[in-house]
Amino acid sequence: MDDMRTMAPGLQATVAKITASGVQVHYGQNHALKDVSVDILDRAVTAFIGPSGCGKSTFLRCLNRMNDTVASARVTGKILLDGEDIYDPRVDPVQLRAKVGMVFQKPNPFPKSIYDNVAYGPKIHGLTRNKGELDAIVEASLRKAALWNEVKDRLDAPGTGLSGGQQQRLCIARAVATGPEVLLMDEPCSALDPIATAQVEELIDELRSQFSVVIVTHSMQQAARVSQKTAFFHLGNLVEYADTAQIFTNPKDPRTEAYITGRIG
Amino acid sequence: MNTAHILTAFDRDLEAAQALVVRMGGLVETALLDAAEALDTRDEEMAQRVRKGDAAIDAMEEEIHTRCAQLLALRGPTAGDLRTVLTVMRIAAALERSGDYAKNLAKRTTVLSQMIQVPGASGSIRRLARTVVQMLTDALDAYIRRDVTLAEDVRRRDRDVDQMYNSIFREFLTHMMEDPRTIGPCMHLHFIAKNIERVGDHATAVAEQVIYLVTGAMPGDDRPKVDSTTAGL
Repeated sequence: MDDMRTMAPGLQATVAKITASGVQVHYGQNHALKDVSVDILDRAVTAFIGPSGCGKSTFLRCLNRMNDTVASARVTGKILLDGEDIYDPRVDPVQLRAKVGMVFQKPNPFPKSIYDNVAYGPKIHGLTRNKGELDAIVEASLRKAALWNEVKDRLDAPGTGLSGGQQQRLCIARAVATGPEVLLMDEPCSALDPIATAQVEELIDELRSQFSVVIVTHSMQQAARVSQKTAFFHLGNLVEYADTAQIFTNPKDPRTEAYITGRIG
Repeated sequence: MNTAHILTAFDRDLEAAQALVVRMGGLVETALLDAAEALDTRDEEMAQRVRKGDAAIDAMEEEIHTRCAQLLALRGPTAGDLRTVLTVMRIAAALERSGDYAKNLAKRTTVLSQMIQVPGASGSIRRLARTVVQMLTDALDAYIRRDVTLAEDVRRRDRDVDQMYNSIFREFLTHMMEDPRTIGPCMHLHFIAKNIERVGDHATAVAEQVIYLVTGAMPGDDRPKVDSTTAGL
């Protein structure tokens, strides 16, 4: 794994941001995730791939306790963020989600202005003391999301009036505005055209200098393009987790090979 | 991988590329054996045929290259599929070079037919060619069967080829010292022997591609080199 030839290019950090051990998820009788243990690196993009129903989105949703909102879901095992158990009863899930931001499959801007979409998080979390600070956060977030130049002259326009790709970048700006350390993305490009997809992928690559990014994707090419680490899930199991280059040239598990080469769905 | 792709056209494309490389291997083997026989029997017509036949081998490499480019662009192969495409390209390149050596051998046969004969030389060269062609055949068999053991065996046999080449080298040296009139033909014969020895290296390269295809890693450089003709260099 430390072999220079297989080391993911551009991967500098090898510090674990999130450490999951023995994570199991049940939805009622359905055992959706079976004993998943994995270290997710800081300042790197980790891709979760696997066929529908394999548990990848379920696991992603464990990382910011989104599964708390599903009545039938039961999560066991341990997930540490910077060494702290995120399922500790003292942890406020709302605070946790400010630290672990999320971007969804379909761009879902609030029916508000572009400005208010981004300002919403900092406002409810009380991150700013005055309008000037809020303006600065909105601008910085839109810049991080590579959207500022396109919207700076119409911050009062409704967010829903933007194109699909711009809306998704607005959602990324919104997630970034609360100063998160981890960004979770659940198929962030599946509703976008190829150009908008490329822009979001470029953005993901830029974001990894500041965040730990975890992306669930159905496009294996996308996983190959944007991530340094790839985890393959199948039937609720984490089958293989390795450098992305390793997964796509010489995977160790025959199930991984069968999936990425298009032999099992 | 023995299971089929969900997309059967992908399987068809991969199989077509591999079938082409195997057919190309057959042409190269024949060219080498014919060229060595033409040299040994001073068969000018056969040498001529080998020279003309090289165009077909070159065209096959082009065809394989085009198909592999399409596979990479259109199918986005990964893992074992990717290694299959990469090895097909490398093997086709090794075969194309081997075909060039057969052609060169045939050309020199024409030149040599105008010169005095060097006793025993063409027989030694033909034996060397047979050994090398057998390595090539086995390397391609190993490729078809994904047989790492056979591929390893081919790699080991390159040592024998090096030894045969060394003894031919000494044989020619003796001839040239004993009778300076043989210097001209011996120079040509030596190039021929060296070229056939190079085909052995290409057969070894094919065998190494088999190992890479199956294991995902190239074999380490532990192959013994016994070409003593360059020992003093």
